[in-house]
Amino acid sequence: MQLNRRHLLGLGAGALAASAVAGCSSTTSSTAASGASVISEDERTKALNTPTELTFWTWVPDIATKEVAKFMAAYPNIKVKVENVGQGAAHYQKLRTALKAGEGGPDVAQMELQYISSYVVTKSLVDLTPYGAASLQPLFVDWCWKQVVMANGIYAIPQDSGPLGNVYRKDILDSAGITTPPATWDDYYTAAKAVRAKTKSYISNFASGQGGMFVALLWQAGAKPFTWDGGQKVGINLTSPEATKVMQYWQKLIQEDLVSTDADFNDAWYQGLANGKYAGWVTAAWGPVFLQGTAAKTTGLWRAAKAPQWSTTSDASGNWGGSTTALIKGTKNPIAAYELAKYINSNDASALQFATDQFFFPVTKSTIANPTWSSQTSDFFGGQKVNELFGGIANSVDANFQWLPFMEYVYSSAQDTMTPAITNKGDLVAAMKAWEAALKTYATQQGFTVA
Amino acid sequence: MSALVARRNSRPLRRKQVTTAYLLLAPFVVVFLVMLIIPLVYSGYLSTFRTTLIGGTQFNGLANYVRAFTDSEFLGGLGRMGLFLIIQVPLMLGLSLFVALALDSGRVRGSAAVRLLTFVPYAVPGVVATMMWGYLYGNDFGLIGQILRAVHLPAPNLLSAQNILGSMMNIVTWQYVGYNMIIMFAALRTIPTELFEAAEIDGASQLRIAWSIKIPAIRNAIMLTVIFSIIGTFQLFNEPSLLRPLNPAAISSSYTPNFYAYNLAFINQDINYAAAIAFVLGLFIAAISYVVQLSTRTREGDGK
Repeated sequence: MQLNRRHLLGLGAGALAASAVAGCSSTTSSTAASGASVISEDERTKALNTPTELTFWTWVPDIATKEVAKFMAAYPNIKVKVENVGQGAAHYQKLRTALKAGEGGPDVAQMELQYISSYVVTKSLVDLTPYGAASLQPLFVDWCWKQVVMANGIYAIPQDSGPLGNVYRKDILDSAGITTPPATWDDYYTAAKAVRAKTKSYISNFASGQGGMFVALLWQAGAKPFTWDGGQKVGINLTSPEATKVMQYWQKLIQEDLVSTDADFNDAWYQGLANGKYAGWVTAAWGPVFLQGTAAKTTGLWRAAKAPQWSTTSDASGNWGGSTTALIKGTKNPIAAYELAKYINSNDASALQFATDQFFFPVTKSTIANPTWSSQTSDFFGGQKVNELFGGIANSVDANFQWLPFMEYVYSSAQDTMTPAITNKGDLVAAMKAWEAALKTYATQQGFTVA
Repeated sequence: MSALVARRNSRPLRRKQVTTAYLLLAPFVVVFLVMLIIPLVYSGYLSTFRTTLIGGTQFNGLANYVRAFTDSEFLGGLGRMGLFLIIQVPLMLGLSLFVALALDSGRVRGSAAVRLLTFVPYAVPGVVATMMWGYLYGNDFGLIGQILRAVHLPAPNLLSAQNILGSMMNIVTWQYVGYNMIIMFAALRTIPTELFEAAEIDGASQLRIAWSIKIPAIRNAIMLTVIFSIIGTFQLFNEPSLLRPLNPAAISSSYTPNFYAYNLAFINQDINYAAAIAFVLGLFIAAISYVVQLSTRTREGDGK
């Protein structure tokens, strides 16, 4: 059938390209960390000057007119078609379908940090080492770079991250008598009681179905719930002392009615933020972007602070979300695609633009050190230098955090086990056990060895 | 002379007619084959395999089907839809029948407007309708809650785990009453009016006419709507899929069998098992439809 023939042609072309790349040696080739040889400058120049059309799937707003436009201006022979095929889960579903069909997929796609391993395990991403990705390492923040390296390869170029912080309504907390943002989780508990008693708001909402946030909180507490060795071994531990500590804390707040448990990112939740039902949000650095759109009428009343800490002596932060750009297997123009991914994420001007125009949290050392970015003030936060604050937080993210290679199922399973327990104010530790059991069953069914 | 002409022309003429018939059928057959039969066969083929992230694809025989029959989540979804069926379908069809009969009796002013109004919900795309109701049902800011609170009545959480099934029943009823009503109304219109005149002469009231003449006369149309409703109920997908983000605690990923198959395929990456579930669901719907048709046929046989 025609489908099969095209699929085979694509594979053949890929194999030819791969063998050409491997067999090529020139005066300027170098060996990357993993031992694979890197393409020559001649090949790179040739690819950049050949008229090419690339397809780029991403849901980042305005990227076509900003960063990608910069790339196309620098390399006029390469045309990039930017397509938004959905946000988050919808994007991944389409990607999976295209990969399964063997056609219809993009050359380059947005890939959140947490999903990279899920696509590496199905061999859906192109290893970027042969294109020189190893040379990009010094440009990026260490913990972020570690997230894109696995299974003997480099599989994505980091774009932004989501270090946890606490954004809150200064006016509501002031009226409850809280003038300094809570520094520890114990302080947060006390503050929650005051807010509930003296105002009509909750100090924040513990979103019942937001698996990404649970994991970020575990990350902050030093838990390492997931490991994957790049092959057949996975580790799943949601009942460690750190994880239990986190869940017992939130169970206490939920059961004492100090936080609400509404599902997030739906209409009612946006209304809650805009109307002051929630006096704060423990969220990632990209969180405020959502506030500025939907809670626009509360501009100037918000402030950002470090996320509450478990320890009084050292700072630790978790990470929620954050994206990268990856090459999808089957791309007919890997060199051009690599150059696109490299340019938009590591070119100084482009990386800075992500941070200043789209309010991404930068992962390039140059942007973080750039005073244009760090001194940017925000009207929404009453003139606060939010970037400077989050910049400090980013340094305390635990660099050794891993993900399971089937995160779609992990989050779906969280909604089946954790969400009912949270909504019904039940036993969260028992729910974590159930979640862990479901994940272990799935991993074994899929052929993994579970540690 | 004419018989000779007829026989001499009959074979080529007949062949031409047959060819034309097939040509006219061809577009439908092609689309039917490509869009329905081939995917079905492919799906059946997929359902006999097993794909794992480690280990790839292996032949699995009928093991997926055995797993489907013993899967408590799948069976739970079927049971839930069974409950939905026995409560919602009689209510909705009863309402449709009532409206159709009322409109047919000629006692309703502006019946064309009423027909249009009851049909409008069906014209609203299912996704839009569900999202609209999702907003109306909202606990804090939904319209229903706001109105109830304004008149100092307790506002139940219409999206809670206990109430969500009933809320879904409401959406489906609202959407399909008009559709089913139109089918029944059209059937009522074909009943010869002599029957009614005869009945009125015999002194039958409108209600008696409706019960003894109209309803039995449109039995086939009612049967049609019943079968459609059974199929639609077991295939319920829009409502759980779109209402889940509003309250994930109330709607699990296996809330309805169709939703379960979708999640298995696209979230769990388990296409093979999803195909098996889809087939078992299809077989189940076919079986139920057959049983329902049989039971009404025997009743008719007894009556005559």
